[in-house]
Amino acid sequence: MEEILRVKNLKKTFGEKTIHHAINFTLHKSETIGLLGNSGTGKSVLLRCLIGLETMDDGEVWLGKERIDLLKEEAMFKIRTRISYAFQSGALFDSLNVYENIAYPLREHLKLTHKEEEARVSEMLKLVRIGESGELFPSDLSGGMQKRAGLARAMVLYPEIILYDEPTAGLDPVNVENVLEIMRAFKAKGTAGIFVTHDIIAAKKVCDRLLIVDSGRIVFEGTVKQFEESTNDIVKNFQSTH
Amino acid sequence: MISRTRHQLEFIGELVSLTFQTLKASLSRPFYWLRLLEQIVELGQRSLSITIVIGFIMGLVMTLQFGYGLAKFGGTLYVPAIVSLSLIREMAPIFTSLLVAGRIGSGIAAEIGAMNVTQQIDAIRALGTSPVRVLVVPRMVAAMLTLPLLGILATFVGIIGGAIIARSEFDIAYGFYVNKVLATIQLHDVFSCYIKCMFFAFIITLFACWRGFNTKEGTRGVGEAATWVVVRSSIVILISDFFLSKALILLFD
Ligand SMILES: Nc1ncnc2c1ncn2[C@@H]1O[C@H](COP(=O)(O)OP(=O)(O)OP(=O)(O)O)[C@@H](O)[C@H]1O
Ligand SMILES: [Mg+2]
Repeated sequence: MEEILRVKNLKKTFGEKTIHHAINFTLHKSETIGLLGNSGTGKSVLLRCLIGLETMDDGEVWLGKERIDLLKEEAMFKIRTRISYAFQSGALFDSLNVYENIAYPLREHLKLTHKEEEARVSEMLKLVRIGESGELFPSDLSGGMQKRAGLARAMVLYPEIILYDEPTAGLDPVNVENVLEIMRAFKAKGTAGIFVTHDIIAAKKVCDRLLIVDSGRIVFEGTVKQFEESTNDIVKNFQSTH
Repeated sequence: MISRTRHQLEFIGELVSLTFQTLKASLSRPFYWLRLLEQIVELGQRSLSITIVIGFIMGLVMTLQFGYGLAKFGGTLYVPAIVSLSLIREMAPIFTSLLVAGRIGSGIAAEIGAMNVTQQIDAIRALGTSPVRVLVVPRMVAAMLTLPLLGILATFVGIIGGAIIARSEFDIAYGFYVNKVLATIQLHDVFSCYIKCMFFAFIITLFACWRGFNTKEGTRGVGEAATWVVVRSSIVILISDFFLSKALILLFD
């Protein structure tokens, strides 16, 4: 399988505190990997490092054949149209309505006609099941809807990789299923994903492989089957507490 | 002490860096014309009426004070010249800018600060765009274009207010007043007002944007950011006004 993202020895510190010592993993085309870990182990920080929202202390990040961790902020703009980040909270712009939020990346990066833009945005709105809410502002949406609108905005440019930061956290079971459905739809298009979550059940449903982060390292990496059958203490402990 | 000095130096370094980023972004594409227009409209709407009120009252009060003060020495006839000159050179730029620092500066800091703590700034970056380009440039350019006009407007309204008081309190005819004002105010006085307001607009928006980007978690942080901007930028405006006045006088007088 074609490898599209490789992380080598990623190290990240905040002052004296080392969040990640040496993170290593790869991601393949149309693959979704689940990144599991306790709260505060630095999963969000790791995702932020991948797209350069946070500078890393050491290590390398390769997107296909291009090394991207050394790129300047301006050069990262282009990369971020290929790897998108779906924020834990949605992070919608509250001065724009839902339609404009989703159209924002399109207007910035593609020269679409008004018709094309409308078609693309309504396709996304329909996909995330908020088809009727385009005119509403983020403050008028429920938490679940905000999250889905955020997903739509992260997906609208058809990126190669989507980083999902706890897309199902805080949602009721129906909404969780909706989000997983959206993730599957993009996976079917060939999009790769990194699914950060505490929710093992959800992760098993969409992921090809699971990784566990602990104390700044990847302590387990394997298929869902290997995860279930693992005799590793950390994995067992994780399974029993989540 | 040493760590405080280091903090101050870092702070100045960051302001300089933000200035350069803003300059670079405003001189290259894409330039967000629509956002600029929005900001100008917003700034105008929020400060127009209050500028007129302040300008008018400054004119009234200054004429009253100078009028009675100079009457003792028989110098009432100098009132139009003195009032209009102090208005255009000092009072209008300073008061309009302090006002805008209070209204617009605190607003910008709170707005960007709130965006920061809700990760909207990160989102701008994550979507492959620059927060400086999207947020700072339109606000700074709008303020630098609009504030000088507000300063001139305040002067103009102040002169009208002055004329009314001069007529009713000191029997100075409107015609005489207007002639005196026109004979006193030179083009370089207008220029001086313009430059000052532009510089103050730059200071206000620079401080406000920097503070917004550096707002820490929580809604309390957002309120603090707003207050911080008003206090800091007002002090810098008042101090820099002295040096700017000195420089402009050296240049023109
Ligand atoms: N800008 C920062 N400065 C200092 N420390 C930070 C910063 N950002 C994150 N941290 C610290 O890094 C650690 C990891 O944070 P992170 O948000 O990545 O955890 P997480 O695994 O995503 O947790 P959760 O599951 O709760 O979202 C936390 O201890 C946090 O305090
Ligand atoms: Mg997190």
